[in-house]
Amino acid sequence: MFPFAAIVGQDQMKLALSIAAVDPAVGGVLVFGDRGTGKSTAVRALAAVLPDIETADCPYHCDPARPEEACDLCRSRAESKIPQKTGMVRVPVVDLPLGATEDRIAGSLDLERALSAGEKRFEPGLLAKAHRGFLYIDEINLLEDHLVDLLLDVAASGENVVEREGLSVRHPARFVLIGSGNPEEGELRPQLLDRFGLSVEVKTPQDLATRIQVVKRRDAFERDPAGFAAEYEAANAEVRDTILAARDRLNDVAVPDESLEKAAQLSIRLGTDGLRGELTLMRAARAFAALRGDSVVGWSHLAALAPLALSHRLRRDPLDEAGSATRVERAVDELAAA
Amino acid sequence: MTAGRLAAANDAARPAWTETPGKAAALWHEAVRAIGVFAVDPGIGLRLAARAGPVRAATLETLRSLLPRDAPFRRMPAGIAEAALLGGLDLAASLESGQPVLERGLLAASDGGVLVAAMAERMTEEAAGLLALALDRGHVSVERDGVSRQLPTRIGIVALDEGMEPDEAPPASLCERLGLWLSLDGADPRGAPDHGLDADRIASARRHLPSVEPDEAAIETICQAAMAFGIVSLRVPHLAVRAARASAALTGRSHPSPEDVETAIRLVLLPRAVTMPQMPNADEGRDDEPANSSPDEEPAAEPPPPEPETETPRENDRNAEPPQDMTIDAAATGLPADLLASLATMTRPPLARSGAGRSGGFAKRARRGRVVGTRQGDPCRDRLDLLATLRTAAPWQAIRRAERAPGVVPRFFEMRISDIRVRRHRGKAETATIFCVDASGSAALARLAEAKGAVERILAECYVRRDRVALVAFRGTRADVLLAETKSLTRAKRSLAALPAGGGTPLASGILAALDLARSSAREGRTPLLALLTDGRANIGRNGAAGRPQAGADAKEAAKAVRAGGIAALVIDLSQRPSAEARQIAADMGATYLALPRADSRALSDAVAAAPRGGDAPRTSRP
Repeated sequence: MFPFAAIVGQDQMKLALSIAAVDPAVGGVLVFGDRGTGKSTAVRALAAVLPDIETADCPYHCDPARPEEACDLCRSRAESKIPQKTGMVRVPVVDLPLGATEDRIAGSLDLERALSAGEKRFEPGLLAKAHRGFLYIDEINLLEDHLVDLLLDVAASGENVVEREGLSVRHPARFVLIGSGNPEEGELRPQLLDRFGLSVEVKTPQDLATRIQVVKRRDAFERDPAGFAAEYEAANAEVRDTILAARDRLNDVAVPDESLEKAAQLSIRLGTDGLRGELTLMRAARAFAALRGDSVVGWSHLAALAPLALSHRLRRDPLDEAGSATRVERAVDELAAA
Repeated sequence: MTAGRLAAANDAARPAWTETPGKAAALWHEAVRAIGVFAVDPGIGLRLAARAGPVRAATLETLRSLLPRDAPFRRMPAGIAEAALLGGLDLAASLESGQPVLERGLLAASDGGVLVAAMAERMTEEAAGLLALALDRGHVSVERDGVSRQLPTRIGIVALDEGMEPDEAPPASLCERLGLWLSLDGADPRGAPDHGLDADRIASARRHLPSVEPDEAAIETICQAAMAFGIVSLRVPHLAVRAARASAALTGRSHPSPEDVETAIRLVLLPRAVTMPQMPNADEGRDDEPANSSPDEEPAAEPPPPEPETETPRENDRNAEPPQDMTIDAAATGLPADLLASLATMTRPPLARSGAGRSGGFAKRARRGRVVGTRQGDPCRDRLDLLATLRTAAPWQAIRRAERAPGVVPRFFEMRISDIRVRRHRGKAETATIFCVDASGSAALARLAEAKGAVERILAECYVRRDRVALVAFRGTRADVLLAETKSLTRAKRSLAALPAGGGTPLASGILAALDLARSSAREGRTPLLALLTDGRANIGRNGAAGRPQAGADAKEAAKAVRAGGIAALVIDLSQRPSAEARQIAADMGATYLALPRADSRALSDAVAAAPRGGDAPRTSRP
């Protein structure tokens, strides 16, 4: 696995992913940009940085520490006082391949059982696999709208419900949804855009030195993955510690009324619809403060996070040349000056 | 295995590599070189552009002879299903035998070897996505009984690209990951001297490969070249570095030499070049300068950065002496909103209804759209997909029989309404708007800025409706497709902003180029709309020769072809005051004619409102 700490540049993307790792409730992350900018590498690398998770012995790798959201199997075991076996697994990163069907995503009748034994059994889908981890969708802009809708619904509720002839299954599916794509190949419907927590626009670095650095590290990694990973182990551990410390600190970070007001003013100034924007901005700013070791959310946190949390919520103006991020930055500057 | 022995082998081969008896043989040498690099490190990937034939067969045969004898060498058909790629339940075999038969996926089965994708230009995005995933991760995950297993997929992919048209290409997600791009055009193995490569040499190069280390200069050269060619992705220079290493391993060097780097640049970077580094004798000035987003266009433009977003160069242009060609910014126009919607509800030209000849064929197919899958539905309204229906019902048979009340004899085949699957079509509601913009001197001076504004306004509507757009511009002696059909507003706007103007008016060429796009769009099951923005003053004929009478006649012919093709069209007149020529073209096309309004848009609104509308409005209704 390519070490997270060895990723050159792409600070905004790394920040957005770290925030989602600290507080998954921020909502999914949308990464739009050129091909070959290391989007999927960053997601996988981040998951590898995180410590292994303790799981129950069930198809949904339930969290033994959170019995309230356990699956039916774990619940019945708990009720009949069967001791739960647990194990440690890596934080899952599930790739959603383009063209995956709804059955495959949400789960469906287990064909094999049905054919051989005439037995009705639910075969968990990709959503179950992604529970407590990351669900990564490359080219989300090419995915059919109803599937994106399904994914966003489950990501928001943390639960997957399958109701079909004879099948009625409900299981936990808490994951960070990460969608990526290249806007040159089609755009995501604005209605769907808005439901992602954070959005980042990535660009390939334009200066030669950085590009050389990227290619060099990639090549070094490929020639000797183990040696390369060892080189960055300390730096990776630092990333892990920062994220874990931030998770611990998260609930203690104070959000003063003044900051709430600023967030609201910013949203109004930008004309974003609904409250989702400012709520996300608040949450993200809080996680950001936690990452930085600050105990209070202030203007600096809001200003830094506004482009990530708000730029994809602006009403698209096809005649405005300036990108959305620029418009958010403009509004931030105006508000700071006001 | 030692470097010394390798060098000796290479010496023996060198005369054969350096002698170039003829062009065909030289091209063959290049092909063999690429094959050699690929055989050493198949993970680099190969896109092989060639028609099926003896040369391609010889190339694949050569490749096969270089690979280890026991390595898999599998073929992947274009229409492969996901289960066949990843592995899973073989439904046909399972039903026949009455018990689950597992199928090992093609990806896992090709581990350690080569997967040859036939007719890759017809590969689905889905299949390409799975291949890309397997390449990126080096394994595929397979789940069985709640246990998930990871099967290694260290494969080399050869995509056989038989695309004839520029827009017929394997999916971009795959192409991006295939390092070597090789065309066998003109290559001929006959009479070529022995290439000196064999399986043993490849095997020792493979052993040597891990110790080949690229030095700083090699990586720098490759990155620099990639930037100069306008290649955005960083995956590509990395693949080029791999190719340089493989090339070095082939000759037993421990660092890629300048020749290895050159080989890598030629095989990996050059075929993808978007811009060419400025040549000393480049005659075309700066006309395309902020553009260079249109591949395959004339090589102009400064090398780095590939996509200058800054305004400065354009500003400079404007302040400097008036250049021959001008880029005119879009001006806000007073075009009425919903222009496109009005256009879409417009009646098709009457000829298209007759159903005669090719035009009927297009229309019929466009209405039905392309089958893109199945869904649950009502067979009375949509076409039943019998196979899918049976497939859905099949696994439930045992369960349903068991669920029958005791004593009731189960039916032979227990079908439920929920099993019914109907075909899903694409294209019914999808519209492609093809802009054909007159960028000639006469139009430019008059109204090009306003024309750009008009197009942007319509683009904004397209964005809302998620239509596809394409852009053709004509000026000087020819017409160019600036933007093939896309859903990307970003690209459309960029192409438009960079549209240079000046020169003659090859109206006929413009119309025909747009008609070509419209036809291929219709073949894909979409409904094309052609929006022609011109002043109608054709002065360049189809053959590129100047002369008003001939140009006018050609344009008339072209316009009639649009009508015959049953393509809905709109002509927006760019002249200072409404011109008879543009009106005539519109009449020949069976198109709606609109004069581009100046300040007041009322006249145009009225015109659009008065345009004839179809009763059934097939293009906007959704199923």
